[in-house]
Parts: sequence; C-alpha cells; structure tokens
Amino acid sequence: MSGAVLADSGAVERWGVEPAGRKPARFSAGRLGIYAFLVISALFFLVPLYIMIVTSLKEMDEIRLGYLFSPPQHLTFQPWADAWLHACTGRDCNGLSPGFFNSVKITLPSVIISIVIAAINGYALSFWRYRGANFFFGLLVFGAFVPYQVVVYPLIIAARSTGIFSTLAAIIIVHTIFGMPILTLLFRNFYASLPIELFKAARVDGAGFWRTFVYIMIPMSVPITTVAVILQVTGIWNDFLFGIIFSGRSNWPMTVQLNNIVQTTTGTRAYNVNMAATIITAAIPLAIYFISGRWFVRGIAAGSVKG
Amino acid sequence: MTGAVPAPDAVAPAAVRRPRRTTSYLQAVLGTVPMIAVAVGVYIIGIAFTVYWSFTDSKIFPSDRLVGFAQYDRLWSSDRWQTAVHNIWIFGSLSIVCNMVFGYLLAVFMDQRIRQEDLLRSIFLYPFAMSLIVTGLIWQWMLDPNLGIENVIHNLGWTSFHFSPLVDKDTAIYGLVIAGIWQGSGVTMAILLAGLRGVDDEIWKAARVDGIPTWRTYLFIALPMMRGSLATAFVLQAVGVIRVYDLIIAMTGGGPGIATNMPAVYVIDMIGSSQNVAQGMAAATMMLLPVVLVIGFGGAITWYRRRRQEERA
Amino acid sequence: MASVSIRKLGVSFGHLQVLKDLNLEVAEGEFVVLLGPSGCGKSTLLNAIAGLLDVNAGQVWIGGRNVTWEEPKDRGIGMVFQSYALYPRMTAEGNMSFGLKMARTPKAEIDRRVARAAGILQIEPLLKRRPVELSGGQRQRVAIGRALVRDVDVFLFDEPLSNLDAKLRTELRVEIKKLHMQLGSTMIYVTHDQIEALTLADRVAVMFNGVIQQLATPKEVYQRPVNRFVAGFIGSPAMNFITGRLSTANGAVALTCSDGVRVVLDGYGFAERPEDGRPVVVGIRPEQIHLTQVFPDSVPVPLTLTLIEPMGADSLLWGSIGAETVSIRTGPDETHTIGEKVQAHFQPSRASVFDAKTGIRV
Repeated sequence: MSGAVLADSGAVERWGVEPAGRKPARFSAGRLGIYAFLVISALFFLVPLYIMIVTSLKEMDEIRLGYLFSPPQHLTFQPWADAWLHACTGRDCNGLSPGFFNSVKITLPSVIISIVIAAINGYALSFWRYRGANFFFGLLVFGAFVPYQVVVYPLIIAARSTGIFSTLAAIIIVHTIFGMPILTLLFRNFYASLPIELFKAARVDGAGFWRTFVYIMIPMSVPITTVAVILQVTGIWNDFLFGIIFSGRSNWPMTVQLNNIVQTTTGTRAYNVNMAATIITAAIPLAIYFISGRWFVRGIAAGSVKG
Repeated sequence: MTGAVPAPDAVAPAAVRRPRRTTSYLQAVLGTVPMIAVAVGVYIIGIAFTVYWSFTDSKIFPSDRLVGFAQYDRLWSSDRWQTAVHNIWIFGSLSIVCNMVFGYLLAVFMDQRIRQEDLLRSIFLYPFAMSLIVTGLIWQWMLDPNLGIENVIHNLGWTSFHFSPLVDKDTAIYGLVIAGIWQGSGVTMAILLAGLRGVDDEIWKAARVDGIPTWRTYLFIALPMMRGSLATAFVLQAVGVIRVYDLIIAMTGGGPGIATNMPAVYVIDMIGSSQNVAQGMAAATMMLLPVVLVIGFGGAITWYRRRRQEERA
Repeated sequence: MASVSIRKLGVSFGHLQVLKDLNLEVAEGEFVVLLGPSGCGKSTLLNAIAGLLDVNAGQVWIGGRNVTWEEPKDRGIGMVFQSYALYPRMTAEGNMSFGLKMARTPKAEIDRRVARAAGILQIEPLLKRRPVELSGGQRQRVAIGRALVRDVDVFLFDEPLSNLDAKLRTELRVEIKKLHMQLGSTMIYVTHDQIEALTLADRVAVMFNGVIQQLATPKEVYQRPVNRFVAGFIGSPAMNFITGRLSTANGAVALTCSDGVRVVLDGYGFAERPEDGRPVVVGIRPEQIHLTQVFPDSVPVPLTLTLIEPMGADSLLWGSIGAETVSIRTGPDETHTIGEKVQAHFQPSRASVFDAKTGIRV
C-alpha cells in the first residue's frame, strides 16, 4: 500500500522541502552601519598609537615637515636608543633605563607582598570571621573609595618619622596599603564562592588556620591570583603619584622618568625620542594586556565589583 | 558500655563557656594584622590627622596651632581652588556621561555577533592598560597645534581648521575630557557588555515576538535590567575622576595658568611646591566630604532596606 | 565502637533557635538516620555532633567522653559530606591521607590505613587519580575512605547521596549498608530521602522544626507513626487522611465524616477511651485499602472512583468518600472505571487515628 506512494519519489524530490523565497542577505545596510561605527571607533583608539610609533621612527627633520600620518621616509631606530640610554631628565642623561630597573624593583616586591597579604585577609574573612573582622574589612572597603590625596600627607609624615621616606621600602609599603582594599575584596569573594564543606572537611581532618590555608586554599587559588597579579602589575607599573613622592630620586619609576624626559624644555623638543620613550614605558603593561587577553577583562570585572 | 552515664541533673553546660577554637581564631587575627593596621592606621588615624591639620596653620611642616576655619575661608576664596572645583565638575560629568553613552553604544554594537569581537575588544580596551602619564602625553601631542590633529588637517589643505583646545584656557578642560574618553570608554564598554550578556536570552526572544524594534529593546528593556553593571561602571569612573592627577600633570601641568587645575593637583601642589600644608589638608578634607556623604547615604539606604526585609520575614 | 549521647542540646543562630532541649541516645554500633524536610534541623544537629558548630546549651558525649568543647579532630569522628568535599588538587590517596598527615602519623601507618580503606571500598586503582578524573560514585567512595582511614568509632554522614543520580544512589546505599555490617561502627546519617532512611537505619529519628518527632525502628515509624507529621512524611505514595468526628453510638466506635458517611473503627488500639464527638483525622496507607474483603477484620468504606493511574508494577486508584479523596494501591491489571462505585475495605488495627488539633496519635 505504501509502495505506490513511494514510487513517485521523483515528485517528492522536485516539490520537496525546499525553503521558499530568497535567503535573506547577510550584508544588509544595518550590518554595514554597525561595522562602520565599530571601525571608526577602532580608529579613534588606534590612531594616536599609530602616530606615536610612526613618529618615533622618523628623524626630526621629517617630523618638522608635518605629515603626521605618513610612514617614515628614512626609518631610524636612533630615537629609541636615545630614549633608552641618553635622554635627559634635567639632571642626568641616562635615558629611561634606570627608571625601568627601578620600576622592576618596585613592582615585583609590591605585587608579591600585596597579594600574599590580601589572600590571607580574604581567606580569614571568608572562613574565620572573628568578632570585628567585618568592621575592619568595611573600613578597608570604605578606604577604596577615598581619594589618595586625602591620606597621602599623613603617610608622608609617617614615612619621614620612621626614616624610610624616599626609599624603596616606603613605596612598596604604600603600594601594599592602597592595593589592599580591592585585592582583599577579590580574594574574599573568591574564597566565599568555594564550597564551605571543603573547609569543614579540613577541620575534621585536623588542619588549623595556617595549614588549611597552605595545603588546601593556596593550591585552589590559581585563577584569582592570576587576575590579582595582572591588576597589580598594571596598576603599580603605571603609577606616577606615589612613585614621585615616596620612592626617592634614585628610585624613581619609569613613569616619573618619562615625565621628566618629556617635560624638560632645554633646547628643542625631540619628539621622536619622547614618543619612543612613551612607547617603551607603556610596553610592559601592554604586553601583559595582550598576552593575558581574557584574564585582563576578568580582572577588571572582578576588581570593580563592589562588596 | 564505654564509661558511666552521669546523673540527669549533671547535664548543665559548663558554667563558664570555654572559648572554642582559640588557637585558630588567634591565628586568624594575627594573620590579618596588616589589614587591621591599615584600616585603623591609614583610614582612621590618617584621615583624622588630615582633618586635624586643616584646622592649623601648618606651612612646610605640620604645626599644632589651631586657627579654626581660616584655612577653609582662604580655600574657598582662592581662584585656584574655585577653578579646580569648577573643573572637576565639568571634567567629571562630561567624561562620565560620554563614557557611559559611548561605552554603551560600543557594547550594543559589539553584541551583534561580530566576527572580530576579540580583536575589536582588545583595541577598545588597551588604553586602560596604559599609564595616565602615557595617555596624557599622547593627547598632549595629538592636540598640539604644531604637531597634532590640527597640523594634519592643515597639511591636507584645510588651513583654517582649529583644533587645539589645550592652548586656550577656556577650552583646555575639554581637551582633558577627550583624553578621558579615550582612556575610559573601553573599560565601560567591557563592563556594560558583560552586563548586557547577563540579560536573559529569553527576554530578547520575547521582545522580538512582541515586535519591539531592536534599538528600543536595548534602550528601554535591557538597559534598565543592567543596574549592577551600570553602577559598577559608574563607580569605577567616579573614583578615577576624583583622583585624577597623573593625566593633568602630563597633559597640561594644570595650565594654561591654572585653567585645568583639579582638586587632586591642588592638594599635591600645596603640600609640595607651595609649602602650605594646612591649605592642602583643607582641600583634601573637602575632597573627602562627598565620598563620605555618598557612602554614608548609600550605606544608610542598604541598612534601612535590610531592616525592612528582616521585619517582613 | 562508641555510643553517642546528646543531652538537652540547644543551638541558635542569632535570634533563630534551631534546636532546643534536644535529647538523643545512639547505642554502640547503631545506625541512626536523622530524617526530615529541609530546615528541620537535622544538618544542624549533625554539625553540632561533629563539632563544626558551637552549641549554646547542652552537651555532646561520644564514647563516654564529654566532647562538647572539643575540636572535630579530637572527637573520634569521621565525616562524609554531601558534595564529597574532596580537595581538588590532591589525588584520592592525598585526600585520604591528609587528616593523618595533619596528626603527624608515621608514613608507614598512613600507607597501611589507606591501603586497608581502599581495599574495603574497592578503590585501589583510583588512588593516584584526582577528583576531577573520578565519577560521582567513585568520588563518594573516596570521601567515605577519607573518613574510614581515621580509624574512628563514629561515622557522620551529611546527605552523602543527594548529589547522585537515582541508579547510583541505590548502588551506594547498598554499599553503605554493607559497610556498616562489615565494620559495625556507630553511624549517624542525615537525609531527607525516606527510602534511604527506611533501608539503612536501625532506628530513624524523624525531625521537624528542630524537634525529634519520633525515634523508632523503620517498621515502627512506618506502621505506628506517632503524629500526623510523621505519618504524612513517611510513605510514598503518601498516607490518606480522612477528617471527621468520633462517634461512640451503639457501642461501636466510628468516624463520622462531614457529609454523614460513617466508617467503623472497631479493632483500632486507642490509647485512651475514645470520646464521642472528638474531631480526629484517620490515616490509612494506600496499600492498606483493598477492593475486596481480604481480611476478616476489615471494615467497608464506600467509594466512588475518580481517577485511575497505572504505574507499571501497580496502579493507583483515586476515589472519593463524600468530600474526601483517598488513594488505593492495587495490582497492575485493574478493570475498574471512573465513576464506578466500589466497596473498599481496610483494617482499623493497621490504621492511625490522630487528634485533629494536636496531630498526636490517639
């Protein structure tokens, strides 16, 4: 009985289940508009960087001619070498390199110390809420909103009276202090999201405060630590205000050096050198940014979440 | 049976409640000593001193001679401070509003299943990874009449084009706003895009079935549902605006003259080169006030709401 | 092996008093299940026994020792959690040996105990794997193993099977029972699943609102529930309840329903003399109602069938007595129809009668 129907399979193929009408075009005017907007916006963000790179590779005569957008006629890397080794900050002419090493000396310890402290804080606040803990934490969070300038002078006086003003120790401590609110929040939220039964199991197993932290929590903290490291390295490396106040002349970070190099008005401004110097200063955070990609976004999202 | 069962009336709990878990809780307190030290040392004692010194006549060094509100009188009658406050309002409101709008627009467009989303996001976000000094310098050059955009347009033939806001004291602040937008809209976009993606898929489907045009859905349906992200983006911006210092130093140095002075710059100036600590402290206290007010207000509202919820339960 | 004794225990969180004046005696080697709906306080009680919670009043005794203020590790307990709570970065072996490491047990002893526990639970090949590489059932075994290596007298289980699918749940339930038979340790087990409770327990403590409603063998709790809550909570499908008033007219005790229908209750063991007119609720389990007179002491109940639900191995018939609805469990091939009037039978001696106001069995 069904054979007769199926014998006409030719007709099924002909009139079968093809969709009727044309497939809607993927490229409508609206879509074009969207891309146009995004491309123009992208240009807004990229053009300044492009100009900087291009200018830093030109010689001064070419720059004086104007044409900002055109690629260099005579490509030269001398401005970069100058920026790194010879540029003058008003006092000495050693370029950016001292600043670079200072930034490293400042950033590395600050990042490590601030993260370790914040992790312990977050852990203690999540699992061991002793009386008053939340009060101090609340104070810290309040502190995150307080502009630095409000407390910077008392800190200066404190640093002076303890004799560490204008030293590496002062700037490291300052960075630890100001990194604490956000990092503690980050770690606390992270540990709070872990199942509390892990903690209970550790207690039944007989681990106390430190051993639970070291054996159980730290191994689980890799994701949040990555975010914290990115946040801190970027923030500390890019800092200017604390660097110029607390670290002392011999320890000035790269950002301060850069500003000095560019703002010295002795003689003609060597724009190509200045721009090369600027790019070099921005290089490390940018590198971290491009390498870490998604982690960076996660860091911002996490760092800006209020308690 | 292991051990005798005590008589029923010996069942009262220990008369003195032995504190449990002493060792570990003590360790917890010890471990968070830095937090306590900072919270109390910096944010209670530090602020207290700042406020205290604003009532003294400290010059280069802190003094203990109280002068009442004299510093505040001087502060508010000073041109520099007035300009600074005026500037922070303009800079703050303009850059925050523009960042939110532009950021949301970017987020909306990025939400359209763009193939190069990752690449574009990297491009929009990278300015946030750079120091504000770098940003300031970049835009100082871009807005330089001899070197930047104006020069380029001139070379293209349009010689009467003017675009150097930093030269003129009335327009310098807008140059700063441009730099602020360049630096901050990417982050705003990232936060708002995440918020947008957090809106339930089914809301979009329901709106589509209802025949609501897409732009309306974005503006009137999705946006109100993103309160969390909006708040986050706003707070992030606001906190950055109040503190803005590096950008000013790099871009204009506070000039021309005092045209782009900001409260943060004023404070640092006063305790540094102007050697008038008390003035600086007065200015700093003024900077603190709005923060305290907003947090106090916000905190009171949350506390009130929580009490209401508890009472209802 | 150790007994557990809870005396006048009180636990509150802020103003919320979760447990008050709670008493519980668990004999050596006994398997007691704390059963109840969410929020009844069973987990709180277990955590208090474990020492993970502070108690506000009362005492906890384990093995004849007052452990009310002791740390969990000093109470001689092992605990198995609902979400296994395995340390994700350690291997199964690491998980199981962590507690012993903390107690600074010599390595040889640790190895010996881990091997022994792994043998009992048949997880030897899994020892070097991390939790993420194990299935749900395997993880739960490792979690049990972690408690097992501690060589303790009392095992505490906090809803260990709730995260597993039905088939796995049945499998592991059997394993736990076998484990108990093999080790003979005292076990206190928390669950909201009555099947687990009835199959595993030596005695069940049915809890509600922080109070132990009934502490008895599974059989007792099933057949002679002490109040309406227990009666309704235990048993699936649920017990039928018919409200009405007692009448002692004509020397026979009967239930008079709201619409006048009379159901004879002769043969029911009343605790005290039934008083005429007392509002009560009669509880009869679906499998205790039959459509024919199976037992000589069954009494008739006229029903009109309203719904028929075939469930494979049996069928559930719903019928109405006046304004009330009851369910009847019968065999698979029933040929009744909706609207049919039938004469159902049940034995009052097997039913339960509760006071309508207090819910207590009369």
